[in-house]
Amino acid sequence: MADLLTPQLNAETPVSDWLQARRLAGLAAWESSDLPTRKTEEWKYTSLFALQQPFMAASETAESAEEIGLELPQLEGSRLVFVNGFWREDLSDILPDAAIELVRFSEADPTQAALIVQHLGSVVTGNKHPFSALNDAVLADGVFFRILKGSKAACPIQLVWHNSHQADAAINSQRLLVLAEQHSEATVVEHFSGQGHSFTNGLSELILETGATLNHSRLHLESAEALHIGGLHAALERDATLNSFHVAFGGKLKRVDIVINHQGRGAHCQLDGMYLLRGQEHVDYHTCIEHAVPHCTTDETFRGIVGDKASAVFNGRIHIHPDAQKTRAELSNKNLLTSATAEVNTKPELEIYADDVRCAHGATVAQLDESMLHYLRTRGIPADEALVLLSYGFVNALVEKQRLDSLRGYLKPLLADYFGAALAVGSDDAAG
Amino acid sequence: MLSIKDLHAEVEAKNILKGLNLEIREGEVHAIMGPNGSGKSTLGHVLSGRPGYEITQGNVEFLGKDLLDLDTEERAHLGLFLAFQYPVEIPGVSNMEFLKASVDAVRESQGASAYDTVSFTRRAREACAAVDLDQGFLKRGVNEGFSGGEKKRNELMQMMLLEPRLCILDETDSGLDIDALQVVANGVNAMRSESRSFLLVTHYQRLLDYIEPDFVHVLAGGRIIKSGEKSLALELEAKGYSWLDEGKVA
Repeated sequence: MADLLTPQLNAETPVSDWLQARRLAGLAAWESSDLPTRKTEEWKYTSLFALQQPFMAASETAESAEEIGLELPQLEGSRLVFVNGFWREDLSDILPDAAIELVRFSEADPTQAALIVQHLGSVVTGNKHPFSALNDAVLADGVFFRILKGSKAACPIQLVWHNSHQADAAINSQRLLVLAEQHSEATVVEHFSGQGHSFTNGLSELILETGATLNHSRLHLESAEALHIGGLHAALERDATLNSFHVAFGGKLKRVDIVINHQGRGAHCQLDGMYLLRGQEHVDYHTCIEHAVPHCTTDETFRGIVGDKASAVFNGRIHIHPDAQKTRAELSNKNLLTSATAEVNTKPELEIYADDVRCAHGATVAQLDESMLHYLRTRGIPADEALVLLSYGFVNALVEKQRLDSLRGYLKPLLADYFGAALAVGSDDAAG
Repeated sequence: MLSIKDLHAEVEAKNILKGLNLEIREGEVHAIMGPNGSGKSTLGHVLSGRPGYEITQGNVEFLGKDLLDLDTEERAHLGLFLAFQYPVEIPGVSNMEFLKASVDAVRESQGASAYDTVSFTRRAREACAAVDLDQGFLKRGVNEGFSGGEKKRNELMQMMLLEPRLCILDETDSGLDIDALQVVANGVNAMRSESRSFLLVTHYQRLLDYIEPDFVHVLAGGRIIKSGEKSLALELEAKGYSWLDEGKVA
């Protein structure tokens, strides 16, 4: 365990007292815990063998966006860019908005620092996420995004963590804390990309106070060689709404834990996700929705397309506590296997301890729909192209649900490219 | 243009078509009527090459080629179009993406260049307006959440954009109100030409008030048991199908 850390601890970065305290606590927790193995139920289908190597500390780089292959969606809002874990002022753009505060931990004023100390780590719990201790232990900088009470952010906020080849065989930590105060509203996009085989330990916490609405996306667009252990942990107070959308394109090892805690009555979560794997990539999504109180709703849909020798894991847990009457929760996970050697392990896990709830779940691993295929062929579209079009549609159906136009506009051509589809993508927008 | 000889076909080991003969020449409009279960829709599916329909006997020639020897998409490339009775929903693929892929594929097979996006968008909008669908339908998933009538109009829109040689309309009139029926009929009538033929498969005579056929056939028990001119449809409307069955037995 300590091997993973050594270089980080030797990196002498001056940090504030509260940060140092957090690091020491994290270090103690990490050193007293064991790395999960295949015998750990939550890690049954995902081996951490790829992490059993010494990782270096990443170094700061001044490479240009072009040199490091950084291509970002044009979302017309503020953008914070980190390369190899270090903030890049030259690539970032923070627009003034009275509705929000957007600062790095290292730049937080005393009021903000107090809020960070109060909330950071309040949502994530160690037993749900062993790597959170490691994230704490090497915490150098993070992003604090606060949406002020009763305010609506004017534009989406884009947070980018990109790794260049200089971070190959290096470990990076990413940390985000979002505090959506009462009756506020905002859109935030987390974007992970990169070139090489770096290891990112990502951790984001979302706190939605009473009546807050947060539209959140987390895009994993890293290289096929990338390693990522990530966590998204959210707490929803009364009548809060979280729309959270996840995209993962492959990676050598990618594990994302999503934990949503319904803590106040009337909270709603729409959780959508897709994973696209080929080669020997491996992606593992573990989601856990905790319904602790009555009258909350969850709509969860994950879809995956897995080809070649790639493997995917989806574990969707919905836990309805005894007090959580009138819960309505739906979970769907559909998978397409496009090769005989691809593998999917999907498991919905419903634990229901209340008696007045509506709960539905379904998980499938299937081929593409024959009647759709035939329909396309009757319109002259050759079988191989029709399969591509249907694969695209299978996951694009989730993109279409997303509210942010510019995000859809960014993802659709990306998907079309991925499948090699010569689509009239974008022209449908022109038709409006 | 289309020549069907002694066609026998089965679905799930059940004989549906039992020796069907039909000749359609260029520019003609044929209507096939018949009671439920007579094999009307099966004929459309067989001609489109739908999986699960097995031809056990007979042959079909389309524009000089052995139709049954061609893949479904090759039939489309040659100019065969089937308007589905129950068009398929394809969420996640927009109508515009679908139409462009379809028209591109057919044009490419015919050695024509693909339309550029701008001119294709214009054509699609025109077709959309011609079938009285809001332009918003171009952005929506293919048939996704469309009403029955909207799906039928969408079929007609595809037909207009693909400009096929032979259009088979499988109960396109079913479930349509009078307004929608007129839209469909106007679309078909506008497309009628000396080189384009139509096969209207229908349960009711109503459609033929708006689209005047050259020939009417009665399909029963998997065969065409009577053929005639437009007046036959009116006779069927007045008498029903049972008199034909009795006649056949006798």
